[in-house]
Amino acid sequence: MKVELRGVTKRFPGVVANRDVNLTVSGGEVVALLGENGAGKSTLMNVLFGLYEATEGEIYIDDQKAEFSSPADAIAAGIGMVHQHFMLIPVFNVIENVMLGLEETKGMGRLDEDKASERLLSLSREHGLQVEPYAVIEDLPVGVQQRVEILKALYRNADCLILDEPTAVLTPDEIRDLIGVIQSLKDAGKAIIFISHKLKEVLEIADQIVVLRRGEVVGTTTPSETNEQELATMMVGRDVQLEVSKTPSEPGTAVLRVTDMHVRDDREVKVVNGVSFEVKAKEILAIAGVQGNGQTQLIEALTGLRKVESGNVTLGDEDVTGASPATLFKMDVAHIPEDRQADGMIGAFSIADNLVLNTYRERPFSKGILTDRSAIQRSATKLIEDFDIRTPSARSPASTLSGGNQQKMIVAREFTHAQRLLIASQPTRGLDVGSIQYIHARIVAQRDEGAGVLLVSSELDEIMALADRIAVMCAGEIVGVLDRADATREKVGRLMAGVRDEAPRPPSPPVAEGEGS
Amino acid sequence: MLVPTLALVAALFVGALVIIFTDPETLRAWASFTANPGRALSLSWDAASEAYIALFRGSFGSRYALSETLVNTTPLLLAGLSVGLAFRAGLFNIGGEGQILAGFIGSVMVGFSFDSLPAIIHVPFALLTGAVFGAAWGFIPGFLKAKTGAHEVISTIMLNFIMLNVVLWVLKTEFFLRIGRNDPISKSVNESAELPKIAGEGLRVHLGIMVALAVAWLMWWILFRTTIGFRFRSVGANPKAAAYAGMSVAGTYIFAMMMAGALTGLAGATQMLGIKKFLSPGFSGFGFDAIALALLGKSHPGGIVLASILFGALRAGALTMQASTSTPIDIIVVIQALIIAFVAAPTLVRAIFRVKLRRSERETEGVLAKTWGS
Amino acid sequence: MSSHSATVTTSRISPARARGFGIFFIFLAVAMAVLFGMGSGPDSATFGLNGPDQFADLPTVEIPAAGTAYFLAVVAAFLGGMQLARGFGHRIYLVLGVVVFLFIFAFLVWATEDNSLNLYGMLQSTLLRAIPLTLGAISGVLCEKSGVVNIAIEGMMLFSAFMGVIIGSASGNLWIGLIGGALAGGVLSSVLAVLSIRYRVDQIIAGTVLNIFALGITSYLTARVLVEYQNLNNPGTFRQFSIPIVSKIPLIGPLLFRNNILIFLTFVLVGAVWFGLNKTRWGLRVRAVGEHPKAADTVGINVQRVRYRNVIMGGVVAGLAGAYLTLGSVGRFDENMTAGKGFIALAAMLFGRYNPVGAFGAALVFGFAESLQNKLAILNVGISSELLAMAPYLATLLVVAGVVGRTRVPAADGVPYVKE
Repeated sequence: MKVELRGVTKRFPGVVANRDVNLTVSGGEVVALLGENGAGKSTLMNVLFGLYEATEGEIYIDDQKAEFSSPADAIAAGIGMVHQHFMLIPVFNVIENVMLGLEETKGMGRLDEDKASERLLSLSREHGLQVEPYAVIEDLPVGVQQRVEILKALYRNADCLILDEPTAVLTPDEIRDLIGVIQSLKDAGKAIIFISHKLKEVLEIADQIVVLRRGEVVGTTTPSETNEQELATMMVGRDVQLEVSKTPSEPGTAVLRVTDMHVRDDREVKVVNGVSFEVKAKEILAIAGVQGNGQTQLIEALTGLRKVESGNVTLGDEDVTGASPATLFKMDVAHIPEDRQADGMIGAFSIADNLVLNTYRERPFSKGILTDRSAIQRSATKLIEDFDIRTPSARSPASTLSGGNQQKMIVAREFTHAQRLLIASQPTRGLDVGSIQYIHARIVAQRDEGAGVLLVSSELDEIMALADRIAVMCAGEIVGVLDRADATREKVGRLMAGVRDEAPRPPSPPVAEGEGS
Repeated sequence: MLVPTLALVAALFVGALVIIFTDPETLRAWASFTANPGRALSLSWDAASEAYIALFRGSFGSRYALSETLVNTTPLLLAGLSVGLAFRAGLFNIGGEGQILAGFIGSVMVGFSFDSLPAIIHVPFALLTGAVFGAAWGFIPGFLKAKTGAHEVISTIMLNFIMLNVVLWVLKTEFFLRIGRNDPISKSVNESAELPKIAGEGLRVHLGIMVALAVAWLMWWILFRTTIGFRFRSVGANPKAAAYAGMSVAGTYIFAMMMAGALTGLAGATQMLGIKKFLSPGFSGFGFDAIALALLGKSHPGGIVLASILFGALRAGALTMQASTSTPIDIIVVIQALIIAFVAAPTLVRAIFRVKLRRSERETEGVLAKTWGS
Repeated sequence: MSSHSATVTTSRISPARARGFGIFFIFLAVAMAVLFGMGSGPDSATFGLNGPDQFADLPTVEIPAAGTAYFLAVVAAFLGGMQLARGFGHRIYLVLGVVVFLFIFAFLVWATEDNSLNLYGMLQSTLLRAIPLTLGAISGVLCEKSGVVNIAIEGMMLFSAFMGVIIGSASGNLWIGLIGGALAGGVLSSVLAVLSIRYRVDQIIAGTVLNIFALGITSYLTARVLVEYQNLNNPGTFRQFSIPIVSKIPLIGPLLFRNNILIFLTFVLVGAVWFGLNKTRWGLRVRAVGEHPKAADTVGINVQRVRYRNVIMGGVVAGLAGAYLTLGSVGRFDENMTAGKGFIALAAMLFGRYNPVGAFGAALVFGFAESLQNKLAILNVGISSELLAMAPYLATLLVVAGVVGRTRVPAADGVPYVKE
């Protein structure tokens, strides 16, 4: 099978997501589509999968022109896609998810799960994708859910598989397994498009690499012809300064101390299991880990947004276990939330109003119960200037800002009040390089002014660039704490997979003081 | 203003069609349309225009009509403000009917229980009790939403029917039941608790309209000039972001539902002390209309004032229309339903009138929770 | 597979919630013992069990009031203890139903002490009252499983009750009236579908619109048309017929097998919709659309079409509920005759956990509460009928507040699907 995109352009109102893209993939070949977040990779693949209609350009399957107006057409043509956010129904079991839309039936439209399951199991044996057909999706680990997604495509006789950022949610171990699966699919003659923004993986897996920048193809190469630095330059369009200039830290006294914390998620599953660490003044402690290992819930519990089941949090000398966000704010704790649009701002409100979301009850923004609109406006004008937020006016709704400027707005709000502790969750996810560098510099500046910084990131590059110490979280536990000087990508990567370097410790929980390996 | 105005026009037009095609004489004329098309058209015009002219006469055509319009506007305005306030905080208060009944019970109780209080104390006391009862009834769904996530739409619907039965029950108690009566009817409020008439004895319009307008201004001031309003609007627009910024979402839900309940309770109290004077079983209907006019007024106090005058006029005029053209009053309920449908679906209105809407008009009103989340 | 499903259910019902059930059962047991056991005198309750035209009549049953209450309380307490000790897993809702039934029965015995009650009459009136509630609830299930909130059940019932009468009277044929009523429900629900799917109007607002519209238009037309042309309000009613042999089984024969067509239709619908939703391709797709429309879209399911179809089907079923009120029951239309039944149906749907069988069970409980209101006056016990009338609403309030169990709502219920 050969799939070809010829001159594909996709425009959204006001944005060109893809411009004149050509891409070819043949059976038994892995093509990596490399690009930064927002470079237009997913859009392009959604065009190929029939979710979006291309503004211009054509799709050819085995040199025949194809028209996809819906995923059903793409599926019929032999294209399967594993989306970054899985398209699985959490309350259905594996078999129901796999056969949905292509159900086996036995009279009166009755579902024949057993028949479907036979076919599923034979596919699963063929490609080494082990699943339990009657398990319910929401009870399965993410890696297994991904297998179900792949099986779902194979069940539809896909000859071309699109994998959209498949490694973003996996542990290094699971990534190994996935690479094995991809190899097996390749050997079976499938064409594979592998979307990623991670250079190492791409170099390891791909037969051919297509680099996308701002919606355009900026280069096509193979792993043997290139290297990481060259790919990175292609991807961002200039030489990247991955290191942030910062002086070594001179840690002060402990600002935040977390002892033996346990937290449950919305489904009441324990996802933080006896976590202990401390953050000192004037240092950046980074919590590394693959997304979904309890970091989100840990931060929610620390910032008063989720119940702490047991354990202790102290800020300086005060016990702040389960303190409300308002209390923490008064104690000079700032928080940059993980999901900026959902949690960090109110899109319908003006930028000025967003800048006082947490200070609207303080002078000069209000007197008694009366708000002072001109004071709010004045302060906003100044912050827009200081933090270089690109907007025509402080009165514009926050939703009109670009992602980078939205984050700058949140940073402006959180950094302006004097602070002891800064908690930043995935502060640069999805941003352009310029904004990333700006925000990194601000975080370091904050540290230098004396704040303790707790950084949570699933980007190893960000961790390595910013951290003074690194705590690695896996399956709800801190599996190791390293000094930046001792930390290598390999060490951190092993810990992220839950492999501890040393013999099991005595039962006492790993404490921050026990640094290094 | 464009969408609401067009919605009104469209609703009146569809209403006219209903009037035309349920008028026996006009129908017969349409049956022989080919024989005499002019007659069918002129009869149709007459049927619709006579009804609407009577409607207008009954609402704005005389001092008496104006008074009746304002009489109907009063509880509608207060109840509409309640729904609008709740919308702003992200809540859908369908509980107006129950809260009005709570306001009825509170105000009538104080109204008939004291007979030597001066009016200057008795009236505010009775009004306040009505508001407090309404607030208490509003507290329940607010509390349930805040603490258990129970969707306020379901809980307020249930509370409406519970209150309907509470009214039946209190009307069986000796304390409420009118002396010498067995049917469910309460004692009357004493004269000292009645809201004074403001346009002379012959006209029913009472002080309540002043109270309602003052409350509308107060609500505007609270929503847009105070920190409480900022918090309401923040929670309404994005509860998660509000929580991250340190606002208490649960507290806001409870407080907003209590305030909304107080407003509807007050609506009940003004109606009780100004017009009704005694408690009897059944829903008042104002609570349901309030939803429509809060939508029509885009949850803005100013818009709600205009919308409630319109609805008050429809209610007042409908009686005249029924008397003089035999068009049943219920046509205004149909018109109200159509108004909401058109306001809530701006694209529909746009399609009908083929107009482009300005950006500000396109923004939809009030942020509503989208699932039951029980 | 069985070991597997056990692990699944433990993750569904958390330990805290499982404990809550156990405590609730014991609470009910204590209430039964205190209210009905200690509250009863030494006398017995007498129950008649016979309907008309049976093979043979059953003897009248006389049971001691206090003793029965204590016995039932012990059974409920035992079930509560079992739940606390090891848990019933996913069968908990069945057990809940049993305990509620025990409680109701204990109540009935207590209320009938030193008196006699024709249980057959009681059960029959319960069933008759449950029919429109069940149909209404099934209408809700059909809509909401596909992800469209339907709070307009009330309006659809009212509108189709009216149209059924008019069409039935005008045509002089009850069957045409029934079809007309059902279609009227379908017409109204297609308005709901267009507003909420095509125009993405908030579904609660759209439902409210329909409720107000239905009330307005039926009242208007009643005043305008039915008052003048009374013969349009006289369609007659469906006669009941007996299924041979089985209808002569004592008690259950006349109760279940001697009814009018709409009641039999309801029985069939409860089973068919349950089967369809849970066992067939259609149901799998509907549930997929209600849970995760985008996932359904990516496997080639037309989300909007599934939703349109289900909402319109829901309207037709609500139409049957409305037609039952007129053609299957009283035989004439009165202004606002649904009087909140559509909302109780909504409550039954929530109470029945979006499951047609559960909804039927809930409707029976609500129907029982309703028919008990009338009997209480006769039995002369110190409970006001208003309190009983509130019971369905109070129970629903408890359910949505999660006091007793939690309902898993279709994840995309009420969320319009926007295709980029």
